[in-house]
Amino acid sequence: MANNISVGAAAPGCKKVDPILVADNVTRQFGGLTAVDVAHLEIPRGQITALIGPNGAGKTTLFNLLTGFDKPNTGTWIYDGKNLAGVPSYKVARLGMVRTFQLTKALSLLTVIDNMRLGAQDQPGENFLRSFLKPLWVKYENQITAKADDLLKRFKLDAKREDYAAALSGGQRKLLEMARALMSDPKLVMLDEPMAGVNPALTQSLLEHIKDLKKNGTTVLFVEHDMHMVRHISDWVVVMAEGKIVAEGPPAVVMKDQAVIDAYLGAHADTDLGTVAIKIVKDKK
Amino acid sequence: MDWLAIFNLALGELISPLTAAYILCAIGLAVHFGFTGLMNFGQAAFAAVGAYGMAIGILTFGLPTAVAILFGMACAVIFALVLGIPTLRLRADYLAIVTIAAAEIFRYLMLTSGFAGVTGGSAGLSAFNEEFRALNPFPDGEYGFGPFTFREEELWMRIVGWSAVVLAALFVMFVMRSPWGRVLRGIREDEDAVRSLGKNVFAYKLQALIIGGVIAALGGMVFVLNLSNVQPASWGTNFTFMIWTVLLLGGAATILGPIVGGMLFFLLLTLTQSIIGGLVDVGVINFLSPPQVGQVRFLIIGLALMALVIFRPQGIFGNKKEMQFNG
Ligand SMILES: Nc1ncnc2c1ncn2[C@@H]1O[C@H](COP(=O)(O)OP(=O)(O)OP(=O)(O)O)[C@@H](O)[C@H]1O
Ligand SMILES: [Mg+2]
Repeated sequence: MANNISVGAAAPGCKKVDPILVADNVTRQFGGLTAVDVAHLEIPRGQITALIGPNGAGKTTLFNLLTGFDKPNTGTWIYDGKNLAGVPSYKVARLGMVRTFQLTKALSLLTVIDNMRLGAQDQPGENFLRSFLKPLWVKYENQITAKADDLLKRFKLDAKREDYAAALSGGQRKLLEMARALMSDPKLVMLDEPMAGVNPALTQSLLEHIKDLKKNGTTVLFVEHDMHMVRHISDWVVVMAEGKIVAEGPPAVVMKDQAVIDAYLGAHADTDLGTVAIKIVKDKK
Repeated sequence: MDWLAIFNLALGELISPLTAAYILCAIGLAVHFGFTGLMNFGQAAFAAVGAYGMAIGILTFGLPTAVAILFGMACAVIFALVLGIPTLRLRADYLAIVTIAAAEIFRYLMLTSGFAGVTGGSAGLSAFNEEFRALNPFPDGEYGFGPFTFREEELWMRIVGWSAVVLAALFVMFVMRSPWGRVLRGIREDEDAVRSLGKNVFAYKLQALIIGGVIAALGGMVFVLNLSNVQPASWGTNFTFMIWTVLLLGGAATILGPIVGGMLFFLLLTLTQSIIGGLVDVGVINFLSPPQVGQVRFLIIGLALMALVIFRPQGIFGNKKEMQFNG
C-alpha cells in the first residue's frame, strides 16, 4: 500500500524516504538465545515510530544495542550519517540520540529538579575546572532551571520539584525520566514503554506532548504495549517477534496484518489488533 | 582514677594533629564513597603515597618542604590513575577489591629491603621535617589554656593540620555544590542513567578518585609531620577501616560529617582507652592485661561500625534519605 514514509510499499525492512537511523544485520545472542536478529531497519526522520511486539521479542535489547548500552555480536548502524557501532553510550546521547529505560532509572537521592538539570548537556559547570568559576555557568544554570520547571509543569511534577526522586511513585518516576530525557532537546528520542503505569488522564496530555515534539522536528521511537496509544499517535509501526522485524507499516494497516496478529495472539485469532485489550485506555471525550 | 586527667586527655585529642590527619582522609573518602559511590578500601594507601612522596621528595630529591608537598600530591594523582584506569570501567566491586590489594602491595613495597635506600624499609624515614619546624612562626613558649595548652611546635602542627582540614572541607563543599558535583551524585545513584544523559561517567569517576586521593595524601602528610617519621606499619588495613568508621559515624555524603565524626571518634577512642585502662589498673577489670586494652577498644570500634551501618547508615549528620546502603 502506498504511503509517504516508505519508498515503495511497506514491508519488513523497507527503505524510507528520509531515514534518521539505518541498522544492518544487527544480532545479539545471549547464550543459545538469539534475542535480536534485525537484517535491515530504517527509522523515518521527523516521524513517530512505534516498536511493538510480544514480551521477550527483543525490543529493549535492540534499544540497548542502538544506544551503546550493550554490544551486538554483529551489525552496524548509522545515525544521522554517523556510524555508531562501537560508540560509547554517553557519546551516542551527546549526538542527540537519547533514550529512557523500561526499568526506570530515576536518580533517587537527587531532588526532582536536580534530576532535570542533569538532563541538560553542555552545562560548562560540569567541567571540573570550570565548576570553580560560577560566573561561567550560573547563567546557563538559570536557563536550564527555567526549562526544567517548564517541563515539570507539563509533566505535572512541579509540585514535587524539591522532593527526592526516591519519594515519587512509579508512574511519576517514568514521567520524570521522560522529562529529563527531553532536557537536551534530542534529535531522536527513544522511549521504552513511556506510558507503563501512567494514569490515563495524564496519558492523554503526554500524547499531545509527544505530538508537539514531532512538530518541533524531533524524531520519536517508542516501545509500547498499549495499542491505543500506538494507534493514536504513531505514524509508523514496526513489529518485532523473536528478535526479527516481522511487519512494518502505518498503524491502521499493521494492526490488521495477519503476521502481527499471529505474533501477538497465536494463529487462530481473526480480530483487529486495535481492539485487543492489552492495556486499553478509553478515550475520555 | 583521675577523671580530670582522662577528660583533659580526651578533649586534647579533639584537635590533635592525628585527628586532623584522619579527618582529611575521611573527607577524601567522602568524595569517593559519599558523593560518587566509589568503594575505595585502600584509602590508607593514598595517605601513605602522600606521606612517602613528601618524605622522599625532601630526603632523596632535596626538595623544599612546600615543593615536596606538591610532589606527594602528584604521587597520589598517579596512584589514582594507576588504580582507576583499569578498574573504573568495570563494576563497582572491582574497585573495592583492587584498592584493598593495592594498599597492601604498596605497604609491602615500602617494607622490602630492596628499596630501603629510598624508602627506609621497615625502619621507615625520619628527619624530613626540619625545614617544617624551622618554618614555625611562633616564638618558644606555651600557648592556650586548660586541656588546650600547647608548646610552640605543637601549636604550629595543629594550625597547619587544621588549616588543611578547613581548606579541604571548603573545597569539597564548593565543588559538590557545582554542576560538576551534581554529576558525581548522579553517578552514585545510577551510572547508566547518567550515561544516557551524555556524561562521560568514567572520566568523572577518575576525577573523583584523584581528588579524594589527593586529600587523603594531605592527611598522610599531616600524620607523618606530626610523628616526625614515616613507617610502613602505619598504613595497614586498620588505618583504612578507622577512616571508614570516621566517615560513617559523621555521615558519608556530608562535609561536616567527617569532621565531627573524626573528633567524636578520637574522643571516644581516648575515653575508652583511659577508662578501661584505669579500671584494669585499679583491679576492677581483672581479666584483661594492660596490653590487651588497646585491642579491646578496637573490638569496640568494630562493633560500633557494625551498629552504625545497621541502625544509622546516614551517620550523625546525614540526611536520612541521602545515604543508604542500597546495594
Ligand atoms: N542480559 C540478558 N541476559 C540473558 N538474556 C537476556 C538478557 N536481556 C534480555 N535477554 C533475553 O532476550 C530476549 C529479549 O528481551 P527484551 O528485554 O529485549 O524483550 P522485550 O521485547 O523488551 O520484552 P518486554 O516487552 O517484555 O519488555 C528475552 O528472551 C530475554 O530473556
Ligand atoms: Mg522491554
